[in-house]
Amino acid sequence: MSKHHVTTTLNGNAVEFLCDTQQTLLEVLRDELHHTGTKEGCGTGDCGACSVTVDGRLVCSCLVLGVEAQGKSIQTIEGMAQGTSLHPLQRKFLEHAALQCGVCTPGILIAARALLARNPDPSEEEVRFWLAGNLCRCTGYNKIIEAVLDAAHEMRGS
Amino acid sequence: MDAKVIKQEGQTLKIVGTSPVRPDGTPKVTGLARYGADFALPGMLWGAILRSPHAHARIRAIDTSKARALPGVKAVITAEDFPEQKFEFVGPERVAVNFWHMTRNVMAREKVLYEGHAVAAVAATSKAIAEEALRLIEVDYEPLPHVIDVDAAMQPDAPLLFEDMITRGIDPPPGKPSNIAKRIEFNIGDLDAGFAAADEIVEMSFKTAPVHQGYIEPHACLARFDSNGQGELWSASQGHFVVRAFTARLLNMNIGDVLVHPAEIGGGFGGKTVIYVEPLAAALSRKSGHPVKIMMSREDVFKATGPTSGSSMTVRIGVKKDGTLVAADGVFKFQAGAFPGSPVMNATMCGFAPYDIPNVRSVGYDVVSNRPKSAAYRAPGSPISAFAVESVMDAVAARIGMDPLKFRLLNACKTGTPTVWGPKHAHDGYAETIKAVLAHPAYAAPLGKNQGRGVASGFWFNNGGESSATVHVNEDGTVVVATGSMDIGGSRASMAIMAAETLGIEYDDVRAIVADTASIGYTHVTGGSRVTFATGIAVVEACKKVIVELCARAAMIWKLEPGEVVWENGCAKPAGAAAGKFEPMPLKAVAAKRALTGGPIGAEASVNAGGAAPGFATELCDVEVDPETGSVKILRFVVAQDVGRAIHRSYVEGQLEGGVVQGIGWALNEAYIYDDAGHLLNAGFLDYRIPVASDLPMIETVLVEVPNPNHPYGVKGAGEVNIVPAMAAVANAINNAISRRLTDLPMSPPKVLAAIHSGRKG
Repeated sequence: MSKHHVTTTLNGNAVEFLCDTQQTLLEVLRDELHHTGTKEGCGTGDCGACSVTVDGRLVCSCLVLGVEAQGKSIQTIEGMAQGTSLHPLQRKFLEHAALQCGVCTPGILIAARALLARNPDPSEEEVRFWLAGNLCRCTGYNKIIEAVLDAAHEMRGS
Repeated sequence: MDAKVIKQEGQTLKIVGTSPVRPDGTPKVTGLARYGADFALPGMLWGAILRSPHAHARIRAIDTSKARALPGVKAVITAEDFPEQKFEFVGPERVAVNFWHMTRNVMAREKVLYEGHAVAAVAATSKAIAEEALRLIEVDYEPLPHVIDVDAAMQPDAPLLFEDMITRGIDPPPGKPSNIAKRIEFNIGDLDAGFAAADEIVEMSFKTAPVHQGYIEPHACLARFDSNGQGELWSASQGHFVVRAFTARLLNMNIGDVLVHPAEIGGGFGGKTVIYVEPLAAALSRKSGHPVKIMMSREDVFKATGPTSGSSMTVRIGVKKDGTLVAADGVFKFQAGAFPGSPVMNATMCGFAPYDIPNVRSVGYDVVSNRPKSAAYRAPGSPISAFAVESVMDAVAARIGMDPLKFRLLNACKTGTPTVWGPKHAHDGYAETIKAVLAHPAYAAPLGKNQGRGVASGFWFNNGGESSATVHVNEDGTVVVATGSMDIGGSRASMAIMAAETLGIEYDDVRAIVADTASIGYTHVTGGSRVTFATGIAVVEACKKVIVELCARAAMIWKLEPGEVVWENGCAKPAGAAAGKFEPMPLKAVAAKRALTGGPIGAEASVNAGGAAPGFATELCDVEVDPETGSVKILRFVVAQDVGRAIHRSYVEGQLEGGVVQGIGWALNEAYIYDDAGHLLNAGFLDYRIPVASDLPMIETVLVEVPNPNHPYGVKGAGEVNIVPAMAAVANAINNAISRRLTDLPMSPPKVLAAIHSGRKG
């Protein structure tokens, strides 16, 4: 069976790839496009480690097929910093020690950015519920929540 | 070695105890850090593993011919591709390994012993072909009766996993085989006399469910093993030297012929101190001549990697009316999983360790059943026995009408208190954690309707052991610190802090890395709360050697005797008779003249660190119980832990916060659920529910710092003891809220609701 030819936009850049019908967007990102910053934690949409945005919508890339990227705009962790300048969320995660092992971090950063895009001034409870689909087993979430709230505060001020 | 580094007494610490950004931070927030699944090589194949559909079955035959004939398949392996191992327990009893068991766990031989047990593996040019090849492997199974529950597995008529297993630790040995792999017993004093002297005795029985470490990164590795007998692995583990040793052993290779590169690790909590995919990928690579990558699915992780043990326990405690403990008896039965080696010995040692009790018996049983082999999980064993002991302690305090914290304080161990396993406690710290919670505003805060407050404490050994570090001064005077310790939660930062503090230079002038197995001396696993202690000592020792060398170089430049130069605040300084003769020379200036004074400056230190000091934690939990649903909400959680000294304050706090939350999951949600056929029903994060952000309040941490005199900066270890008291703290809080004592983990809504509707009072 021949592969599908897909044209998409990845972190603002035009990208083409070939994929099998059953390949997920996560597999395409990691195995075909070598963007391994997006992580697989479960493959069933339960952990959020593979969070990306598709046309601005937050999704688990393990639940999206690669062919569905056709004509869409995909944003992954690799596109979050502007050149050498970290996104405020990335900076605050470092300052607050909001990661231990760091494997859930790309997905949480993508999810947090999606939150702040629609709600620039979330309460602690709103952050906790928004991130309830992103599992972290190391931190107990304290410092993640603090970092998101601090980043939101800074982003509102600028 | 001349200790030219100032000892901690009277020492002013500049960097230790602060919270700088970790050296490996930016790659981890930009997606560039490479974890176990993120490596690839030209010509790489995908490996896949065929797993048992049966909980227990004899393997009559395996036919791989159709799979091997499938285009794109480059290798198929079974247990026949691994040499037989000698049956012997190697290493200290508490952590002994048996390679006869290990090789059977990574690939089943005579029998499959649990659903998900690996029976064959393939390497193919794509994931899809590898999966298709698995479907073409024909295994002829003879299904056998199975046993899941630990109490059922101990019955005389239980199905046997090993038909010839005679219980160790019983004299004379039993005449017939059983699923009881080992019995252990510790005693001090006279148990009967102790209970006879008690005014009150409380006895309760408990059950706990097995729980998984739940690291977010599934096991993954890439192997490149050549026909010339050498190989390389890229693997996410808690110890690449242990991966090297185990893989070499299972493949019958020399350790030096295996090079293991430490991938970043996406969580471990003890579960990545052992191997699963590495020997299979290596064998497939060796057989195919290609690099092979294997990634576990989450389902594989739940079914085939180690959770910690479930248990069945009975604890009896006797007390005088004035609150003095006089006797304690514990029987702890642990599920080892399919092969012997549960952490029950730790459980028997740690359970009563926080207390000064003159008469104690602590008995443990290591029991096999048709479940995945248990693996270490954060203070392995201790949280399980602590759940039982600390629940009974709570009931005893209530019985005699004492405040539960003051009751614990009255009986708290201190330096000189005997332990059940022999040596006396050599460190204080426990009482300080109790006092910290007593003094915390949370302890006096009012509670509302359906709310309750519980407290509990815990003990963990903390470990030392073998570690290596190198410290190299670069041409520009910056410093590279390399160690053999996998960085699982910020240890590069703590190593850089200790090096900068010792050398007297800026944190940002030190870069800390994790070196591969060929580039640094042997270093034991990142586990047992040992890294900041033991590897930290190696880093400081290497820094001290570098300081001696820097002083010698400065002396050479100044034409002084080496003894006339000391190191202070990052500078060489003339001392003694030469004091004041020259301006202090900073490290950068000494480094600039290295070529004229003998060449590159650096040192390695390898240690077998003794003197580890134990960790104690005391925790407070407030809950609200919904009387209609039985759902328990955590309102507030305070953890006070003696860490000795926090090197990187934020990452130490993070250890406490994370450990507590794992304990909350263990207490309320997490469990392995099996059907009657021995199949795991909840092998995914949807049905095996670990705590999510919306379940929790901010965890409040109190860092108690009673320094360990055996570490240059006072470190005891921070990673583990925080989980130990958590389940009992939650159970005691629920009891306080609803006057019902829950003795069966997890305390899920149906169980809590049933307790509310029962007449039984706590």
